[in-house]
Amino acid sequence: MSAITPDVVAAHQLTPSEYEKILKLLGCEPTITELGIFSVMWSEHCSYKSTRIHLKKLPTESKYVLQGPGENAGIIDIGDGIAIAFKIESHNHPSFIEPFQGAATGVGGILRDIFTMGARPIAVMDSLRFGRLDDPETGERNAHILEGVVSGIAHYGNCFGVPTVGGECVFEESYSGNPLVNVFALGVFRHDEIFYGKATGVGNPVIYVGAKTGRDGIHGASMASAEFTEQSKQKRPNVQVGDPFMEKLLLEACLEAMKTGAIVGIQDMGAAGLTSSSCEMGSRAGTGVEIDLSLVPQREAGMTAYEMMLSESQERMLLVAERGREQEIFNVFKKWGLDAVAIGVVTNDGMLRVKHNGEVVAEIPNSALADEAPRYDRPHTMPLRTAPLNGPDPHSDNLTADLKKLLASGDVCSKRWIWEQYDYQVRTNTLAGPGSDAAVVRIKGTGTSVAMALDGNGRYCALDPREGTKLIVAECCRNLSTVGALPIATTNNLNFGNPERPEIMAQIVASVEGLAEACKFFEVPVTGGNVSLYNETLGTPIDPSPVVGIVGTLPTASPVGIGFRKPGRTIIVIGGLGDPDCHEFGGTQYAKVVQDLIWGCPPRLDMEYEKRVQETIRELVRDGGVESAHDISDGGLAVAIAECSFGDQNVGARIIIDSNLTPELLLFHEGPSRIVVSTTNPQKVFDLARAKGVQAVEIGVTLEARVTIRNRDRILIDASVHELKNAWDNALEHLLRDPVLVPDA
Amino acid sequence: MKVGIVVFPGSNCDHDAWYAVSENLHQTAQFIWHDSRSLGDVDAVILPGGFSYGDYLRCGAIAKFSPVMRAIKEFALVGGLVLGICNGFQVLTETGLLPGALVRNDTLKFVCRTVRLEIATSNSPFTSQAQRGQILRIPVAHGEGYYIADDRTLDQLESEDRVALRYIDNPNGSMRHIAGILNEQRNIMGMMPHPERASDPLLGATDGLYILKSLVDSPVLVSAHS
Repeated sequence: MSAITPDVVAAHQLTPSEYEKILKLLGCEPTITELGIFSVMWSEHCSYKSTRIHLKKLPTESKYVLQGPGENAGIIDIGDGIAIAFKIESHNHPSFIEPFQGAATGVGGILRDIFTMGARPIAVMDSLRFGRLDDPETGERNAHILEGVVSGIAHYGNCFGVPTVGGECVFEESYSGNPLVNVFALGVFRHDEIFYGKATGVGNPVIYVGAKTGRDGIHGASMASAEFTEQSKQKRPNVQVGDPFMEKLLLEACLEAMKTGAIVGIQDMGAAGLTSSSCEMGSRAGTGVEIDLSLVPQREAGMTAYEMMLSESQERMLLVAERGREQEIFNVFKKWGLDAVAIGVVTNDGMLRVKHNGEVVAEIPNSALADEAPRYDRPHTMPLRTAPLNGPDPHSDNLTADLKKLLASGDVCSKRWIWEQYDYQVRTNTLAGPGSDAAVVRIKGTGTSVAMALDGNGRYCALDPREGTKLIVAECCRNLSTVGALPIATTNNLNFGNPERPEIMAQIVASVEGLAEACKFFEVPVTGGNVSLYNETLGTPIDPSPVVGIVGTLPTASPVGIGFRKPGRTIIVIGGLGDPDCHEFGGTQYAKVVQDLIWGCPPRLDMEYEKRVQETIRELVRDGGVESAHDISDGGLAVAIAECSFGDQNVGARIIIDSNLTPELLLFHEGPSRIVVSTTNPQKVFDLARAKGVQAVEIGVTLEARVTIRNRDRILIDASVHELKNAWDNALEHLLRDPVLVPDA
Repeated sequence: MKVGIVVFPGSNCDHDAWYAVSENLHQTAQFIWHDSRSLGDVDAVILPGGFSYGDYLRCGAIAKFSPVMRAIKEFALVGGLVLGICNGFQVLTETGLLPGALVRNDTLKFVCRTVRLEIATSNSPFTSQAQRGQILRIPVAHGEGYYIADDRTLDQLESEDRVALRYIDNPNGSMRHIAGILNEQRNIMGMMPHPERASDPLLGATDGLYILKSLVDSPVLVSAHS
């Protein structure tokens, strides 16, 4: 047995005081296996030790919420006895080290979180953040990471048979050494099909199912909790390898085994594999779990207890069965050609007891691992901020050229190159897929569809993490409302730098408080999520990057899309043209792409007004009052009008505005609470808007093939739909192939 | 008509085919598990899309050894109707029931996209309700849909009017833009596009019904029997 020296403790990412606490909890020196178990369970990734006290501020309840945070996924009621489970998870660090497998296993992990609860996954979305593709030094590497991540997601999701229906993709310098890969998944089931990760029933057998255990991914959870250094590139064996075919079999076998009624509790083996699944199931049920590692199906010979407990081999599940009914479960897994082996038993002593070759190699109270994990109220000062408060008034000589440049920029351009690699249609439920404001997936056999969107904005949050986060929640809810859906609940992925730096911790605290405020206000409680910290490379942190995923429901119907459908329709901006000043312009895409600057503060948000705008558009979409609808966000009004022109019909717009704003602000400011609609019935739009107390400004009419925008008698934009669409549609391929050749418009 | 839908481990469009046949076309559809040695009493068989056996080794290469494929071969050889979609097409070429092979797309990337197809012949139980030259819009979703065969085979397919569907905007590099072919007896068709994904007005696409309706409305010449 190895002696536990301070070096060994440090190598496990445990601080001396944390080690002291372990000694006190155990009453003796831990074995190396025990130390390994503590190190993963007390890692930031598993224990939320830096954020837990702040996450408590989040609202978690509503009449729709069946399961809030703390389980493998959140669950909400969508009526007719149907529920949906959904969650988001990050796989940031593995995706930097090995983009393809890192992203692929990110998909695999979140899918297991969904089906371990009994739900069949029916949709996936991805929020991706990379370094800039046009950076002379890092562009090529960033492109390589992007291509690897996208093909990894495609590989896993397509083979598994779940549609990837939406997401976002952003390029910013701060992600160059630390890309963000956040994967969201959603599943559907009936209320009576819900399973929990609980090891109840003393004497019940603990059964291991799925893939065999190998040496891959050891210490993945603690890797995800450390900053990157030059040595991290040597950590490749820490990244797991995914097998989507195995996962598909595991899904079908688990759902079929659940139908036998013999399963008491079930949990996937994600981060920290056997360790987290066994001790969390015991801890939730207030029981103990005893397992014998000699019985675990192993991929290679001679694995130590330490390696098996920490392995993150993919496509494995731990379940607890009703005693005496094991065979029913074994039969199902045999049908699907999968291992299913009883490796232990539920006990009444509250201990996680691990045996190997007849010896007890670890014996730890479950509560010590799950509940006694350290919680830190880390010092926080003012949020880190490097941008100046003031910036230059934007001044353009050629607004049409600026618009084209924006349309061809990484953040704004079409992500078709990405999403065509994903099967976004399998299961034939996708009513609105990638490229929509929100994805819409019907639930077969009901009259209900589920809408979902992912949003983040590191630029806004870098300027003001609290207001930035509120804007993200508002935009995500607006995206749902724009397709006619009522936003119901939220999952979130908090991506930040090193929480031990007070100015980073301050970003986290402000962002969580902003999230809490907005989620309360918009009545979208948080049902779960993920925290990814230490996203720094060589001391440079990422922009604060909370990502929210919000889901909602709507009656199943043919969707109202973004694109203008016919010439001659009235174009109206619900919510009005906005009234920004130059300070609020510094976080826009225009400031980024055209001015190459960032300053000031994010756009101003009036949440009361925003809510009324969302109610207005929701009602209009559901009542057939509009023919198309698109929310105004990145790139402002001009980009939104252009995107509305990119439907199949080659219908553009003649816009005539009467505004005192400067042309740059008018066209490109990103003030929230605004939606562009086209309609045959403008009066209906005006009437409803008036009743809701929101502005509705008629700005023009749709017409074939051309986009012109005038303010009073000055022409600001004049271009054919074709040339605008070309710039937008092919930009990502150009950027990937040869960033210098991207047309400068 | 009673349509059997084969389920291999890794099939993932099986339920979509079932839904299109039973819910959109109001016919009887039933699943057939891959280790079944009989097809039951079905009148036609669909080999659905997906990744049978993970598509390890080569797409469809392992599926050809599954017990159900022997039953399908026997059924097909006596004239039973067999439609292979996507992975099902790959299985049919691997099994030798259709000529040629499907290899990695020329872009080397998976592609999911609605493409335009031309009906190259209406002389088949799978295309009888469409007109020759008619254009259909049906999605593809595959990484290995590049149809290849030697010139002699391609010439033969064309001279015997066995090219059923051609891409107008070829998404994968397929030789002679081939998207779907028939066997010599014209009772087996393989196609890469997914008609079951274009069979529901809610999804905004119904051109797949030309294929599936042709199939379920065609006279039953041979039924399987247990």
